[in-house]
Amino acid sequence: MSTATLQQTRRPKINLAVIAPIVALVVLVLIGIAMNPNFLSFANITNVLARSAFIGIIAIGMTFVITAGGLDLSVGSMAAFVAGLMILVMNLLTENMGGGLPVILIGVALALFAGLAAGFINGILITRAGIEAFILTLGTMGIYRSLVTWLADGGTLSLGYEMRELYRPVYYGGIMGISWPIIVFAALAILGEIVMRHTAFGRHCAAIGSNEKVARYSSVAVLRVRLMTYVMLGLLVGIAVVMYVPRLGSASATTGLLWELEAIAAVIIGGTLLKGGFGRVWGTVVGVLILSLIGNLLNLTDFVSPYLNGAIQGVVIILAVVLQRNTGTAR
Amino acid sequence: MTSPVLALEGVTKSFGPIEILHGVDFALHPGEVHALIGENGAGKSTTMKILAGYLDPTGGQVTFDGKPIRFAGSDEAEDRGIIMIHQEFNLAEHLSVDQNVFLGRELRRGPFLDHKSMRARTAELLSQLECRVDPATPVNQLSVPDKQMVEIAKALSRKARVLIMDEPTAVLTGRETEVLFRQIERLRAEGVAILYTSHKLGEVKRIADRVTVLRDGTMIRSDRTTDVTEDDMAAAMVGRELSDLFPAKVGGGADAILEVGGVSVPGVVEGASLSLRKGEVLGIGGLVGSGRTELAEAIAGLRPRSGTVRLKGQELPPNQVAHAMRAGLAYLTEDRKGAGLLLDKTLRENLTLPLLETFGRPLIDRGREEAALDRAIDDFAIRAPERGMAVGDLSGGNQQKLLLAKTLLSDPEVVIIDEPTRGIDIGTKQQIYTLIAKLAAEGRSIIVISSEMPELIGLAGRVIVMHAGRIAGELAGDAVTEGNIVRLAMGMDDNKEDSAA
Ligand SMILES: Nc1ncnc2c1ncn2[C@@H]1O[C@H](COP(=O)(O)OP(=O)(O)OP(=O)(O)O)[C@@H](O)[C@H]1O
Ligand SMILES: [Mg+2]
Repeated sequence: MSTATLQQTRRPKINLAVIAPIVALVVLVLIGIAMNPNFLSFANITNVLARSAFIGIIAIGMTFVITAGGLDLSVGSMAAFVAGLMILVMNLLTENMGGGLPVILIGVALALFAGLAAGFINGILITRAGIEAFILTLGTMGIYRSLVTWLADGGTLSLGYEMRELYRPVYYGGIMGISWPIIVFAALAILGEIVMRHTAFGRHCAAIGSNEKVARYSSVAVLRVRLMTYVMLGLLVGIAVVMYVPRLGSASATTGLLWELEAIAAVIIGGTLLKGGFGRVWGTVVGVLILSLIGNLLNLTDFVSPYLNGAIQGVVIILAVVLQRNTGTAR
Repeated sequence: MTSPVLALEGVTKSFGPIEILHGVDFALHPGEVHALIGENGAGKSTTMKILAGYLDPTGGQVTFDGKPIRFAGSDEAEDRGIIMIHQEFNLAEHLSVDQNVFLGRELRRGPFLDHKSMRARTAELLSQLECRVDPATPVNQLSVPDKQMVEIAKALSRKARVLIMDEPTAVLTGRETEVLFRQIERLRAEGVAILYTSHKLGEVKRIADRVTVLRDGTMIRSDRTTDVTEDDMAAAMVGRELSDLFPAKVGGGADAILEVGGVSVPGVVEGASLSLRKGEVLGIGGLVGSGRTELAEAIAGLRPRSGTVRLKGQELPPNQVAHAMRAGLAYLTEDRKGAGLLLDKTLRENLTLPLLETFGRPLIDRGREEAALDRAIDDFAIRAPERGMAVGDLSGGNQQKLLLAKTLLSDPEVVIIDEPTRGIDIGTKQQIYTLIAKLAAEGRSIIVISSEMPELIGLAGRVIVMHAGRIAGELAGDAVTEGNIVRLAMGMDDNKEDSAA
């Protein structure tokens, strides 16, 4: 195809890319309403939102990493490992100093710190040792997954009954019927959108992803900003774990399996460029909602087998990337 | 006269609602070198892209061998022998030189690529261009002028009937320009129709048979080159008479503001020392590859180096751009597309990038950014059809003006400008020279690196010339002449060792 035809059709396509995720979301909601009257019920909606919150919180961080031209495949395993570590330490503490609020607070602090540290390790190796992000995080993905399996001795790590009861409200409780994970997700999404669009950090991420050399020549601290995106993502994984552990009270070798792919998919569906240079957090939120709505719809209707969930999600992801490519090459 | 090969008849072109070309008539004849000149944003590149099939005209028609034609794309135009060298590089950065030259038209032996003949043919083309680049080098390791020579080699490797060159000499030094001109003369003798743009009117006068002036998307006049003077051309382009190109030189104070001692960059710069006085314009000349840019980048903290750099007595650490910028030293890169501007971002985002922190913390103040852009557009006469457009859609010269605005945004005391007027029209050139003189008069100190002799001679009170990574000598006052600069640049004056500092 010639540049000429691409350039002439560029403008409408950019607009299409902007609104496409929203249109898809609206269509899904309309299908849902048509298929099942329960779809719009308060219970169903809060259920969908609460389940998307973990991936959503991680995907917010992933948006920054990808916008700055990076990638992190390790977040799913990292979440499992942090969850396992948190449960293990909380159980140990319960034995030694009896249960209670302090143990939970220590557990939460530990999870946040462990996430931060894991993100820092990824980031420092990518920026200072110059290892390709894809390869490095593929490596740490394997390492964390194997560590959690080892911690759990191949089985499941479960939080003691007493602690579980005490910790439960963090997932199940909330304000006015809206559970904490939803509130935290919403708050972080708003914060993320502001950081991306209105702060120097967000602008620097986009600049680095767009052309690293230009960013460096413009005295942007390229390595530091890159590192920060991974650290931030690690911290967000920690936060997601803090919200996730009270849900089941356990962690195993299959915890957080494929979360990294769902998070990356949500980011791309939302319109962030996979090659970096442009990202938007609100799009990611829409992407997360699209992915979990597909699953929810298949469960609510017996039109299509829920086993086809993955296939439909796959089609949506491919469509999103095709759309991106058409706008991307016109530049 | 022969009948035209390729012509435009009443061609208009719009991007969105804005019409850029208004009814352009234009013809290219075999064996004729035709120059198209005009201010930045006049529509020269757009006209050329329409001729070469990269863009479709909005109205009017293109004729080829007298018959109307509509190219499905640049590939079809290329198949008919219409070859274009773009203003911006179109090279695959990670591929080697020979792979780039034969990109899309690889030579084969049976089902396999014939690497040997492609390499040999490339070496032959490069030696024709007197360019000493190994065909196996990846393009991203080449200097900007060498990349341009590769573009030219690529164009020469095709059987051209029409050769269109968009500012091919903007990034070349005098010697390389001569080489290119010899090739142009050879092609002209072979009956190729050549279209050429340049902001260097001296070149146009020398090489072109016919010159056509474009102003704001309209043809103003078209003459045989022998019938017009350079001043006529400049006046027709700008629409007014131009007075002296260079403002009066300012002397500069006595105190050194920047002292560079024994700076080396492994492999490219060897023990360079210089000192810059307050309020002075210092020129750095030399051939391409003599280490001018590398020295400047080392001083600006963009490269690892040894040796010392002192700004106002304070030592600047190596390889820390942000530190140098905060201390008051800014560098304008010669590589606009690769290191200067984010082509897919807007003017505003590009302008404020180096100084974002000062536009409000933690949240960026959009209003102040817009105000800064307003000022930049005024001060540097940037012509952007739309405020929110991507910088990559600006004309080349307007990109350069934006880059200048971006570099000067931090209000630096010392500015190193690498090729300040690359691709800039003569009217704006004058504005930029005036600006440089004004900066110096305000007490700022400026280093100008330039491949254009008149620019060095007209602007700088003192010129340092580099040869093969070393400072070959320094010229001041009346000794700043073209002859002296060339002699030093060629390394013909060895007894005048490093008299700077
Ligand atoms: N794709 C595009 N979208 C919008 N405007 C465009 C696009 N391409 C070019 N323009 C505008 O068209 C005008 C003419 O541009 P063109 O590149 O032809 O100028 P030029 O004469 O080559 O200038 P220069 O000497 O600076 O290279 C400019 O104002 C430019 O901003
Ligand atoms: Mg141009």
